[in-house]
Amino acid sequence: MVMEIVCPAGTPAALRAAVKAGAHTVYCGFNDETNARNFPGLNFDRAEMAEGVAFAHSHGSKVLVAINTFPRAGAEDIWHRAVDDASAAGADAVILADLGLLAYAAENHTGIRRHLSVQAAAANADVINFYAETFGVKRVVLPRVLSVPEIAAINAETEVETEVFVFGGLCVMAEGRCSLSSYATGLSPNMNGVCSPASHVEYQEEGGELDARLGGYTIHRVGKDEPAPYPTLCKGCFSVDSKKGHLFEDPVSLNAEQLIPQLQKAGVTALKIEGRQRSRSYVAQVVRNFRAAVDALEAGQPLPVGMLARLSEGQQMTTGAYKKTWR
Amino acid sequence: MELTVAPSQFFWAAEEWERFYQDLATAPVERVVLGELVCSKRLPFYQDWIPAAVETLQSAGKEVLLTSLALITLKRERKQNAQLADMGVEIEINDLTALSYLPEGARFSVGPLINTYNESTLRWLASRGAARICLPPELPLDSVTALAKAGSECGVAVEVWGHGRIPLAISGRCYHARLHGRTKDNCQFACEDDPDGLEVRTLEGKPFLSMNGVQTLSDSYACADYQIEDLKAAGVSALRLSPQSKGFGEICTLYRQRLQGTLPVGTLSAKAIAQGEGIRLSDGFLKGETGVSWSGSQPAA
Repeated sequence: MVMEIVCPAGTPAALRAAVKAGAHTVYCGFNDETNARNFPGLNFDRAEMAEGVAFAHSHGSKVLVAINTFPRAGAEDIWHRAVDDASAAGADAVILADLGLLAYAAENHTGIRRHLSVQAAAANADVINFYAETFGVKRVVLPRVLSVPEIAAINAETEVETEVFVFGGLCVMAEGRCSLSSYATGLSPNMNGVCSPASHVEYQEEGGELDARLGGYTIHRVGKDEPAPYPTLCKGCFSVDSKKGHLFEDPVSLNAEQLIPQLQKAGVTALKIEGRQRSRSYVAQVVRNFRAAVDALEAGQPLPVGMLARLSEGQQMTTGAYKKTWR
Repeated sequence: MELTVAPSQFFWAAEEWERFYQDLATAPVERVVLGELVCSKRLPFYQDWIPAAVETLQSAGKEVLLTSLALITLKRERKQNAQLADMGVEIEINDLTALSYLPEGARFSVGPLINTYNESTLRWLASRGAARICLPPELPLDSVTALAKAGSECGVAVEVWGHGRIPLAISGRCYHARLHGRTKDNCQFACEDDPDGLEVRTLEGKPFLSMNGVQTLSDSYACADYQIEDLKAAGVSALRLSPQSKGFGEICTLYRQRLQGTLPVGTLSAKAIAQGEGIRLSDGFLKGETGVSWSGSQPAA
C-alpha cells in the first residue's frame, strides 16, 4: 500500500493547497492553546475547521485535528470542547497526548479515531500496546529518538499504525517531556503550545556581531552580515569549560526522504511533515515532492534525488535519530 | 508536610552511591525513591548494592520505592523495567511503560517525569492504583493547588519538586558523549566525572543549564524556601528533595527545620547558597515569570 503523506496546515489556505498538491491527509489545530503550534495568526476557528474537513473530504483527503498540549488544571473544558468540536466537524481523527484527555475522548467520542501524539513520547511497543488496549489508540506518532531498525522492531510487535516525521523542524529532546522553553521564557510546548517563542526573542548588534537572545540569554552570535539563525533553545550555541558549540544539536532540520524505502520496509504507515507555521506554497511544494517519492516507490521506480534541499532555507539537514550514530 | 528523597539523577561511583544511602538512613525524611532514572548503562555499576540500601533505609523506618527509567526504548530496558516489580518494593513510574508492567490495581507512585498536568489525568492514574503523585516541576502554583485538591478527593498524596537541579529534558542522544566526540553506544561513561552535572553557559558566560548524559537539568537548584506556606495551604503533602553529591544531609535537615517552623524564611535558602560556590536558586516555575526566576536575592552569576 502506498505510504500516507500527512501534511501540516496552519491556515485554511494551506489546507486547500496541501489537498490540491496531493496530500493524503492534512493535520491542523484550533486557534487556541489546545495545540502545539499556538502561534499568532495561525490555526482554525470552528467554522473554518468544518469547511476545511468538507473540502478535504470532497477531494478524498483526510483531516486530523491535533489537540496535543496538556490541559491546564481548572480549565480542562477548553480541551474537552476542542475534542467535541473536532468530532462535530467530521474530522477523521484527533491527535492527543494527555492521559486524561485520551480517557475523555475514549469515553465520549467512540466514533472518532484516536491517534497518539508525538507529545506522548511513546517509544516502545509495550507502551504503544498499552495505549491501544486502554484508550483504543489506532495510530502512534513515534518520538524522534528511534532508529529505523528500532521502528521496524516496534512494528513487528504492534498492530497500531505508526507515523514518523520525515521533514521539517526537529526536536532533539523527547517531545512532551521538555521544559527548557518555560525555564527560560515562562512559556512551554506542553502548557502553551509554543517553544522558544518569538515574543521572547531579541536581536542585538554589538561590535560588528549580531547576537540572538532568547529570554535574555544569548545563544547565537554571527557576523552582522551573516544570516542569523532563530534562537531555538536546543539548537543554540553554548559553552562548557573551554569548549563552545552547538552542544545539543546544530541548527539543522530533518530530512529523511532518502530513508523512505527503509521506513516502508520497517512497516511505517504514514510519513509526517512538520511545519504548520509554514506558508501554503512551501507546504504545497513539500507535499508534491513527497507524494512523487511515495508514488515512485509504489511503482518500483527510484526516488527523485535531493528534491527538497532548496526548501530548507540554506539550513543543514540531518536524518536525526533514524541513523543510530546520531545518538 | 513530609519529605521525599528523589532518585539520584547522576552517575556516581558504586562506593559513593552506597555511602550516600547509608548516610541517608539517619536523615529526617519519610521516604526515599532510588534506582536508575536517567541512563540504563549506569545501572550495572551499582545494582548489586540496591537490595542492601533498601533494607538499611527500611530498617531506619523510611518508606522505600524503586524508580523506573525515564525513557524506555531498548529491549533490555523493557525487560529490566518489567522485572522491577519482582523486588517486592513499590514502583515509582517515570515512563508510562512501567505502568504497563504492573498488574491492574497494584499500588504504585507517579514521578515528576510523568505528565500529570490536570485533574482528569490525576483521577485516571488514581483509578489505576496511583497512591502518590509528584507533579511535573514546570507546573505553576495554581495548577498545584487544583491538583492537590483533586488528589485529596480521590486519596492521592500530591508531592512537589522542592529542592535540587530541575529535570528539564530527556533525549535519545547523550550530550556528554557528544561533547567528547562519541556516540551514546560508545560513551565510555563520559558523565562519570560530573557528580552534579556539567555546567553549560550561554555565550555571554551566564550559567544556564547542567548537562547530565541524556538528561538536561537546570543550572539553578530549585528551592521551595519562599513557597512553603503556599504549598502547605494548597494541601501539598510532601516536598521532593533531589540528591546532590555534597551536603545533602544538611539540605534534608534544613527543610525539616523549615517545615517545623524552627527556621525563618530566607535562612534555608541562604544556607543552601552557602553550600558551594556557584550555587544559584530558582522557584520561578511555581510563581515567577520564568522557571529560572527566584524570589530571594540571588548571588551574582
